[in-house]
Amino acid sequence: MQEPSHAPEAHHEEPGFWRKYVFSTDHKVIGIQYGITALLFMLFGFCLMLLMRWQIGHNGQAVPLLGKLLLKIHGPDMISADKTGTMGVISADLYNSYGAMHGTIMVFLAVVPLAFGAFGNFVTPLQIGAPDMAFPRVNMASYQFYVVGGLVMLASFFIPGGAAKSGWTSYSPLATVGDLHRPNGQTFWILGMVCLINSSLLGAVNFITTIIQLRVKGLNWMRLPFFVWAQFVTAFLLLLAFPPLEAAGVLQLADNLLGTSFFLPTGLVVSGTALHVSGGGSPLLWQHLFWFLGHPEVYVLILPAMGIVTEIIANNTRKPVWGYRSMVYSVLVIGFLSFIVWAHHMYLTGMGTRIATFFQTTTMMISIPSVIILTSLLISLWGASIRFTVPMLFALAFLPMFGIGGLTGLPLGFNVSDIYLHDTYYVIAHFHYIVAPGTIFGLFAGIYFWYPKATGRFMNDFWGKVHFGLSFIFMNAIFLPMFFQGMAGMSRRMYDGGLTYAEVPATDGSPGIPGLSTFVLGLNRPILWAAVCLGLAQIPFIINFFWSLRHGRRVASDNPWEATTLDWQTPTPPPHGNFAKPMEVFRGPYEYSVPGEARDFTTQNEPDTAQPLTHGDSVRS
Amino acid sequence: MEIPYAVKTRPDTGLYNAKIGIWLFLASEVMLFGALFSSYILLRVNADPGTWPLHLLNVKLGAVNTIVLILSSVMVVFGWASLKMNNFRAYQFYQGVTILCALIFLGIKSFEYRDKFNHYEVPLKNGTIADGHIDRANKDTNFFAFEAGRVVASHADLMLPPAAGVKLEELRIPMSDIQDRADGKGKEIENYGPWHSSYLAIYFVLTGLHALHVIGGAIVIFAIWGPLACVWKTDPERYINRVEVSGLFWHFVDLIWIFLFPVLYLL
Amino acid sequence: MREPTIEHAADGGGHSVAEAKQHMRTYAIVGVALMIGTGLTVWAAFINFGSREINIIAALVIASTKGFLVAGFFMHLISEKKLIYSIMACTVFFFAALMFLTLHSMTPGSIVHMR
Repeated sequence: MQEPSHAPEAHHEEPGFWRKYVFSTDHKVIGIQYGITALLFMLFGFCLMLLMRWQIGHNGQAVPLLGKLLLKIHGPDMISADKTGTMGVISADLYNSYGAMHGTIMVFLAVVPLAFGAFGNFVTPLQIGAPDMAFPRVNMASYQFYVVGGLVMLASFFIPGGAAKSGWTSYSPLATVGDLHRPNGQTFWILGMVCLINSSLLGAVNFITTIIQLRVKGLNWMRLPFFVWAQFVTAFLLLLAFPPLEAAGVLQLADNLLGTSFFLPTGLVVSGTALHVSGGGSPLLWQHLFWFLGHPEVYVLILPAMGIVTEIIANNTRKPVWGYRSMVYSVLVIGFLSFIVWAHHMYLTGMGTRIATFFQTTTMMISIPSVIILTSLLISLWGASIRFTVPMLFALAFLPMFGIGGLTGLPLGFNVSDIYLHDTYYVIAHFHYIVAPGTIFGLFAGIYFWYPKATGRFMNDFWGKVHFGLSFIFMNAIFLPMFFQGMAGMSRRMYDGGLTYAEVPATDGSPGIPGLSTFVLGLNRPILWAAVCLGLAQIPFIINFFWSLRHGRRVASDNPWEATTLDWQTPTPPPHGNFAKPMEVFRGPYEYSVPGEARDFTTQNEPDTAQPLTHGDSVRS
Repeated sequence: MEIPYAVKTRPDTGLYNAKIGIWLFLASEVMLFGALFSSYILLRVNADPGTWPLHLLNVKLGAVNTIVLILSSVMVVFGWASLKMNNFRAYQFYQGVTILCALIFLGIKSFEYRDKFNHYEVPLKNGTIADGHIDRANKDTNFFAFEAGRVVASHADLMLPPAAGVKLEELRIPMSDIQDRADGKGKEIENYGPWHSSYLAIYFVLTGLHALHVIGGAIVIFAIWGPLACVWKTDPERYINRVEVSGLFWHFVDLIWIFLFPVLYLL
Repeated sequence: MREPTIEHAADGGGHSVAEAKQHMRTYAIVGVALMIGTGLTVWAAFINFGSREINIIAALVIASTKGFLVAGFFMHLISEKKLIYSIMACTVFFFAALMFLTLHSMTPGSIVHMR
């Protein structure tokens, strides 16, 4: 049907602009709010990265075009003139700020809000047949906390001393003594994090309650779309892993503002003067509390994308996902194990070998369910009649990219090989492969996939394919060389791109000094250009996104992708309350190409016509 | 548009939404305070010998606070049970006592905090240390005056309260006798704030965060008891749910204190 | 005043007035037990057992008992649905993991001293 059907609106008049679009409690509006905000932050974090890569590839040279603007924002402490007199050289401190904020913004303000806040909010109630989230006002509050946290983070660039510059990991004592302004960028960082953590906690409570309580009749646990399972586990990770970081943040804030020394050891000397604190603290305590969150956080980054990719693969292979049950058990096991692997980020801190072996063992164990999920998705392609839609292209690319990212994690998980690779560019390549051509591709897939449901129009197909092709090429061009840089020993977080550790070749007079070769250092420049091209490749996407709102090809039905799940059985776009009539579910989520059926898909809510239950269906509650 | 199971329970789980919601939230609070308790243990186990005090805090006041919170917990659950028995007046009384208990708790806590901020440690140039409560009435800037203090030989001697029989007395210490700070920023005079030691730091953070939860819980209980009491007339089941959910939070606050009291005051 | 809808009691069961009165007695008894426990904790803290470890263990045992009483009776955990139990059990497990694994990684028993 062309026209979106209207759900029976009870007795409310149309809310005004502010209630409808700004202070909305509707999960779909909140989901879109999260999505737009997150994409803006992602763009900002991307620009920070471009500035960093410029500095790495052109040490001591002014940033082209932006020099005067950067000077205005950051001041002469951070921006200076280069040898030719051009303004715009990024100082080491500023580079560190860019690095810390790039990481923080990408993880906490861009990817997680997009994956969990945007997609989770928009799609989950639809896929379980619910009219909204269990706690709509709490939902609105969680978005507002997120915005406040983001603004606090952005504001930190403009205060004396600039933004936080001790890594997204904010290790003490550097986080406390690195910048002696009070308050400083680090203070803002912690306060911003407290807001973001509270936003996530409220969201997690909402998601879990909604999925448990608001599933529609007939939708038992083993009939849930895998997307919902992924969001469910993600919510538990956020719920239980974030609070220790909030506690640690409070402690570090006390160190920062109250002069305590939770994380400052006795006898710390800064710039020749003994620090006037009580001492007795432990830098390692911060690391443990941080990584207790930090590790589950990376699963928060990947699981929603796995969920999205699964939906799209099932839909575009016209087959049920292979091994649905194994995938569900795997995601539960991942969730559980992710809490007890964290110290694999701390192999170099001098833990005893017994405890290091414990963490190594659990780390190896957790790779198993991850591989099960990836393998299930790969096997799902076997014998499929694949529709190479734009969402499917991104979803397909996700598989090998996540494969590379995951497999390169193995040498990092073994404590012996990690001794060499820790804090090198190998680590950067590993996690970026998972998040950038991994998760972000999954998120792009999701945007192209659900755009027609949210807007009633398709995004342009040709430009979607251009976006995909260019992004795929340039993502790999950026991150693949980094593996080699890392294996050559190049450390991360060096503002000069590693020049300090450049090798000095042997000559007749001297044996030379081993170090980073010109080839390895030289990779910095092509990586920069690949990054610039990746940025340019997003322009068609951005234009496509807005242009298609008005001019995209209209959908011919409420279910243009011919999908089975409940999110496609709503009017387009779904109205307040979501469903035109009460829903009931009769079968599993991926009943594609069922033998004997007239169409190649059977929706979850299509009533049973006295057929015997299909083999894969479970009626357990 | 009604959210299902906001008031009625869902048959297969047997729960209404807010009950699951509050227990999930409490789970996150367990992790929050759990991380702080873990930090406490780590800081204590790894402390240098002679730097961790014992019985520094007023045990009597702590015990009174514990009793006050336990009483408030009993009142909260009495109030909820009264509502189940449709006795609104009794509920109003019990919940009122709860709020009163919260205020008493916070009052005693404020007194304890102020006491710490008035307690000073002043190392002297001759190697001894003067320690005690400052005499705020003293206006003579050439002297540092204690209204009740003692002089001890070393910092480790301050880790235990004054032995029975030792009297604290008024002391006037000339400023010139007081040690200077190593970083040149004046005299080495410090009160017992969170900056003074790891023990005080974790004490203030743990009890401060707990106090914030007391305030938050009391505000919610008060709001339901006072301004939002009209909901009892229009939707009694929803009202009872709210009382139950806020009560669960309050019990959790009491539970945390049950662990905080021995850990910080007695051990 | 509306008729009490105790049959649809929100705690998931149908509690009659008599049952609620019974619960009040239980709550009062638990409350008294908690007060006694408090006194016990204070008394035990000042006894010299020879080693401080015993004081610590005694205090934690008493505190845990009091905690179980509050959680079990005041928070109704003892009659609560399995779902809530399992959530709290997971949480306690992860809290224990955080505490013990961190402690084990950082105590002087490990190879490298913290200081």
